[in-house]
Amino acid sequence: MREADIQINRVDWITVSIYFALVTIGWFNIYAAVYDSQVEKSIFDVSINSGIQLVWIGTAIVLITIIMVADSRFFENLSLVIYLIFMVLLILTPFVGKEVNGQTLSIGFGSFRIQPGEFAKFATALALAKVMERPTFDLSKKNYQLIAFGVLLLPVILIILQPDTGTAMVYFAMLLMFYREGLPSSYFVLGFGMIAVTLLALGVENNLYLAGAVIAITLILIFLGKRTWQRILAFSLIGLGLIAYIYSLDFVVSKLPPHQQNRIMVLFNPNLDPLGVGWNVTQSKIAIGSGGLLGKGYLEGTQTKFDFVPEQHTDFIFCTLGEEFGWIGSLVVISLFTGLLYRLIIMAERQKTRFTRIYGYCVVSILLFHFMINIAMTIGLFPVVGIPLPFFSYGGSSLWSFTVLLFIFIKMDSSRATQLGRLG
Amino acid sequence: MKDQRPVVILIFIFLVSIILLIRLFMIQVVDDSFMKRAESNAIQRIVDHPYRGLVYDRNGKLLVFNNPIFDVMIVPKEFKVGDTTRFCELFKISKEQLIESYTSARKYSSVKPSTFIKQISTRDFARIQDFLVDYPGLFIMTRAVRSYPNATAGHALGYIGEISSTQLERDTLKYYSQGDYVGLSGMERYYENELRGKKGVKYKMVNVRGVDKGPFKDGEYDTASVAGKNITSTIDMDLQLYGEMLMAGKTGSVVAIEPGTGEILAMISAPFYDPNNLTGADFSKNYRKLNNDPIKPLFNRPIMATYPPGSIFKIVQSLVGLQKGILFPETTFACNRSLVACHNHPNPVNLFGAIRNSCNPYYHQAFRQIINREVSSNTFKDTQIGLDEWRESVMKFGLGGTLGVDMTNEKGGSIPSSKLYDRVYGVGRWKYSTIYSLSIGQGEMLVTPLQMANLAAIFANKGFYYTPHLIKEIDGDPTLIPARYQIKNEVGIDAKHFDLIQDAMAEALYGTANRAVLKDLVIAGKTGTAQNPHGEDHSVFIAFAPKDNPKIAIVVYVENAGWGGRAAASTASLMIEKYLKGTITRPALQDYVLAGNFIY
Repeated sequence: MREADIQINRVDWITVSIYFALVTIGWFNIYAAVYDSQVEKSIFDVSINSGIQLVWIGTAIVLITIIMVADSRFFENLSLVIYLIFMVLLILTPFVGKEVNGQTLSIGFGSFRIQPGEFAKFATALALAKVMERPTFDLSKKNYQLIAFGVLLLPVILIILQPDTGTAMVYFAMLLMFYREGLPSSYFVLGFGMIAVTLLALGVENNLYLAGAVIAITLILIFLGKRTWQRILAFSLIGLGLIAYIYSLDFVVSKLPPHQQNRIMVLFNPNLDPLGVGWNVTQSKIAIGSGGLLGKGYLEGTQTKFDFVPEQHTDFIFCTLGEEFGWIGSLVVISLFTGLLYRLIIMAERQKTRFTRIYGYCVVSILLFHFMINIAMTIGLFPVVGIPLPFFSYGGSSLWSFTVLLFIFIKMDSSRATQLGRLG
Repeated sequence: MKDQRPVVILIFIFLVSIILLIRLFMIQVVDDSFMKRAESNAIQRIVDHPYRGLVYDRNGKLLVFNNPIFDVMIVPKEFKVGDTTRFCELFKISKEQLIESYTSARKYSSVKPSTFIKQISTRDFARIQDFLVDYPGLFIMTRAVRSYPNATAGHALGYIGEISSTQLERDTLKYYSQGDYVGLSGMERYYENELRGKKGVKYKMVNVRGVDKGPFKDGEYDTASVAGKNITSTIDMDLQLYGEMLMAGKTGSVVAIEPGTGEILAMISAPFYDPNNLTGADFSKNYRKLNNDPIKPLFNRPIMATYPPGSIFKIVQSLVGLQKGILFPETTFACNRSLVACHNHPNPVNLFGAIRNSCNPYYHQAFRQIINREVSSNTFKDTQIGLDEWRESVMKFGLGGTLGVDMTNEKGGSIPSSKLYDRVYGVGRWKYSTIYSLSIGQGEMLVTPLQMANLAAIFANKGFYYTPHLIKEIDGDPTLIPARYQIKNEVGIDAKHFDLIQDAMAEALYGTANRAVLKDLVIAGKTGTAQNPHGEDHSVFIAFAPKDNPKIAIVVYVENAGWGGRAAASTASLMIEKYLKGTITRPALQDYVLAGNFIY
């Protein structure tokens, strides 16, 4: 009892407040997204999504309570077990799950369904924290890198099989945590370099220009440094490899499923097919762009009200906000997310155990990825990827998984004083 | 190195947020194109077309009204046809038409309504109405087309049609939009602004499937349409119809004016057409047919055809001579046929006799005196000065330029100036002997039938006229008509000079146009013959009546009908009788005109 009192005082109320602020704003936006002025229904009406979301929020609070009263070491000790349970669920999902639009994402009975792919995020975070907590674990060493990537890639492979590329991508956000924990910078330089080359190869019409640029840069680098034959050979091989990659990319893209090809094409040319492939992005930009500085006012949006934006209560929930509250509304929500992420880094850095710090950075990584990609997608900066905006988007699995993810960390943080310093 | 990494991560997070906010600022605040696209997405602007004003004749009889027509609209997605044979029977279309209409509607949009069957009649609508409920996705849209209960005065009233792209470009106020109907000719065009009313606009919101989601902002920006103003024309429908009956099958013009006001009582352009043909669904087809017709039924002769005035112009010459103090009632010239041809009449003649007998040599000599005043010793120069002075006097009669009737495409005819002859013959190289044909209304001068009718009105009024017009009242108010139709135009001839003219015109009837004489009504008239190089001359007659208190001034042109005393004078006389007495007492004369055998 005494210990619990101390823990309540140590709860990071700033984070909790931001969480509830985002959930509340999200809930009001879900009501706005499904609001129909001709059939006025209360925000509490469980026949519409806002009413159902309120049920999810209520149950999320129950989950929070359970997490907060549980022993903080419960998750640490059982992390690998939790991880294994969810991996088994992910394996089972394609066999016992319910198929929707060619994807089998959820399991459960009747209307109670959960998506293991969503919950596997926090399980993977726990597992990563567990395997990396030992002081001897050094990410600059190859064998440790193999272990860390193994834990990360297992759920990715299982989720891609469902198939749900969007959710699988989220796991790569953990690279941010790897960076914090000492994965050599060369990996990131290489990674970002490849991303840049990929984007250029997809974006530039004529690959000949890119190939020319690669040859020019390679030649300049060769002449700038020492002209040893090994160096010249190495640079030449890298240059040739890049050119081969650039030319092979078109072939790879042509082998992707058509809907993914289209999403990539639309990113580079949104006006390609405004009524077809580009519809989502075009309508989303129209909705947000028509909000102006102050927005059209709550429940006054026309684009989101009249179904011009598809998936507007889930993945495109940001449109409702942008249209009805304008740039000021966007500023407030983006500031809340930025504030939350900032606060989580401060919290992670003050942890005494490596386990909680790693877990904290996993939370930061996952939330940042969702926040960044979801909003970038609604304003046409990123291809359409079906991932929700944390705490905002309609849906129980998404709200629950983010809540659990966040509050396990808040719980760990609140009980950090009781833990022994084991920081490696 | 490792300790810097949380800072790098923080910087990365802030950079992401700032990039997102800048991008949002660009599309939300800087670029306003999204706002417009959102409006065109969700807000439908529906134009509420007003009822066009009606047109009445001077006695309150309806000339033009709006006839409701019905378009069958379709929303292809909701449409279910069921038994196609029954459907085609009901809507009176073939199966091919059904498929074609459906396909083109579908191509336009499967969720937005488009026209399925155009302009079904009131009778068909009544028949179909009850069965419409059996066909989801079909509904009726009502529009109005112009309709003419007596199918009369097509040229004067004009017609309306879809606005052309050039008209749209010229519409700087942006009132019109593609597909709007506007007056294209006649009064419809001239009084477009009064007749059209004011369009209303309704804004309604639609969802992505085009389904109505109610008025935008509770109709705050909606405006109601205002119906067009009704106008009353000066036309006397009974007289117009009678004139059309007389002119049927002939080519020519009849223009009747009320001299005291300039109001046009009848304006007939033969051959004419049924104005009901230029409305509704068949407009384009019928227009093309009328336009390609070799007898040119669309050509509005009273204001667009020009002829030399002929003998009738001798009256103007007399008046100019009298006013300038060159001619006097007792001025006598010999009928010297070596100058110009003439017909048999007592010789020599004074002015009265010259008018009565239409003596060509008299005017040849009188006109020389009007032109050559010996103000210059150079005969060429003297002619030039004289001609320009004469032209100035003649133009005051409303000749040589448009009168400004309230119709479009009015021609002005021409009265030659010295510049014209300078151009043709060279400066100082022409004199009276070059221009003498003008003395008897031939040569380089042209007038329209409307100008001739106006001349008759001037003779009746003894020296003034009101610009002829077709508008009597706008919205029941006579003072709303254009101001220039309420201004008296003096022609610069003293009233006293007209007595002799009027007497001579009354007398002339007995010599040249016996058929036109009415027992108890004194008609003053003058025959004319417009020379036609392509065939038989045109028969012309102007008149006004009653002589002492003129109520009607009239001109009749019958093309290729020879001498003015027959076809034109007879028609004019019947028109006068019809207007002043209301009945026709000379059925034989009427039969003569209707038979139309004027050449013998």
